[in-house]
Amino acid sequence: MNVPEIVVIDYGVGNLLSVQRGLEHCGANVTLTADPEKILAAKRVVLPGVGAFGNAMEALHNLDLVEVIRDVANKKIRLLGICLGMQLLFEESEEFGITVGLGLIPGRVLPIPIRTELGESQKIPHIGWSSLQLPDGLNGWNETLLQDNRPSESVYFVHSFMALPTNSHHRIADCKYGGHSVAAVIGRGHITGCQFHPEKSGEVGLKILRRFCLD
Amino acid sequence: MRNIRLIARLDIKGPNLIKGIHLEGLRVMGSPNEHALRYFLQGADELIYMDCVASLYGRNHLGDIVSAAAKNIFVPMTVGGGIRSVDDATQILRAGADKVAVNTAAVANPQLITEIAQRFGSQCMVLSIEAKQASPDRWEVYTDNGRERTGLDVIEWVKRGVEMGAGEILLTSVDREGTRKGFDIALVMAVTSEISVPVIASGGMGSADDMLTVVQDGGADAVAMADILHYKRAEIGDIRAVAEKAGLGVRYYERA
Repeated sequence: MNVPEIVVIDYGVGNLLSVQRGLEHCGANVTLTADPEKILAAKRVVLPGVGAFGNAMEALHNLDLVEVIRDVANKKIRLLGICLGMQLLFEESEEFGITVGLGLIPGRVLPIPIRTELGESQKIPHIGWSSLQLPDGLNGWNETLLQDNRPSESVYFVHSFMALPTNSHHRIADCKYGGHSVAAVIGRGHITGCQFHPEKSGEVGLKILRRFCLD
Repeated sequence: MRNIRLIARLDIKGPNLIKGIHLEGLRVMGSPNEHALRYFLQGADELIYMDCVASLYGRNHLGDIVSAAAKNIFVPMTVGGGIRSVDDATQILRAGADKVAVNTAAVANPQLITEIAQRFGSQCMVLSIEAKQASPDRWEVYTDNGRERTGLDVIEWVKRGVEMGAGEILLTSVDREGTRKGFDIALVMAVTSEISVPVIASGGMGSADDMLTVVQDGGADAVAMADILHYKRAEIGDIRAVAEKAGLGVRYYERA
């Protein structure tokens, strides 16, 4: 049997065990590493992350991984960013001042609005299960990591900031928070990002990870 | 309003899942992970693991149980019991937990709440409160699984805990725990009306209707269920259906 080889980039940010276990559950052979050679030799790469954008970029710089991840994208290795790892794919973030990101997807990272669409104050962070929705203008999820998923399936979010892609066609799925559309999945070529945690989203999230292991 | 969360609570003693009444008279129910897997497959939104004797006897089996659970359970897990330091929290998070629940050690050293919240974020720091009614509108905080009085007033303590950085409250009524008599609605209401962080109501769920009451009248953001699930009096899907029918927002989940 052909066991997919996946590298999860271990740059000292957050708990990687759940991501690893989720991928292994989908049949993958997972390596946690910060070694550029191993990362560039992988067929698929996961960029995880929790915490603050600035700290994560600093950690990537300190390990000389910024160019490595850009090379992963240039070599068209499948890349999946999860939670903060998805936000890092963008050009810059407003979290604690402006921080430059990996710049693989045009756009920026902004705070979730503190008021709902109706002007009521809302709780930040957005924590909990929210439904995936097709963004305006997108007809379906064929040929994306969501191709086995259906709109309204729920996934688990924990975040205070949200990504705003410059090009709306990079939005694969949204969720609603306080009436606002929040980018839940973004994609560009071989790159996909999930704002939620597929490894904590039950069978719905496992379907996404399984597709990532297959494609 | 956010979706309410349906949480399966597993109380652990040594390697076993147990269930008591008023957190005492513990009965062994079996393997924690067999039950946990069943609840995951039924569509539990989260799981809570509480080691009920850890704070009395020091270290526990919880790390092993959680790390085994992380192999086949893919929803958020909150783990508590015997967490006394940032290092304890780090260990349990590395084992696969998403949040830690702290009770006894937070009462002894409230600064621990801030330390854990600063290190891992408030969303990771669940303040667990065991409450017993002292008079018609006053509840006292207990520790060590409802055994030790603290003299603290629940409302004062919960406000302090949120100021210190708690991102969520697990509120257990010792009076109702294991009794199937319904949640202590007055207690839950007293807490939810004072703070803005989510409150998980725990203790006393006899039927799905009790869930409706504690959400609609008590303002609970989530309900923790143990007895009703362990004794197979209801499945999570049944409870979700009751919530949906009553118009409460719940996670969209297709029953297998």
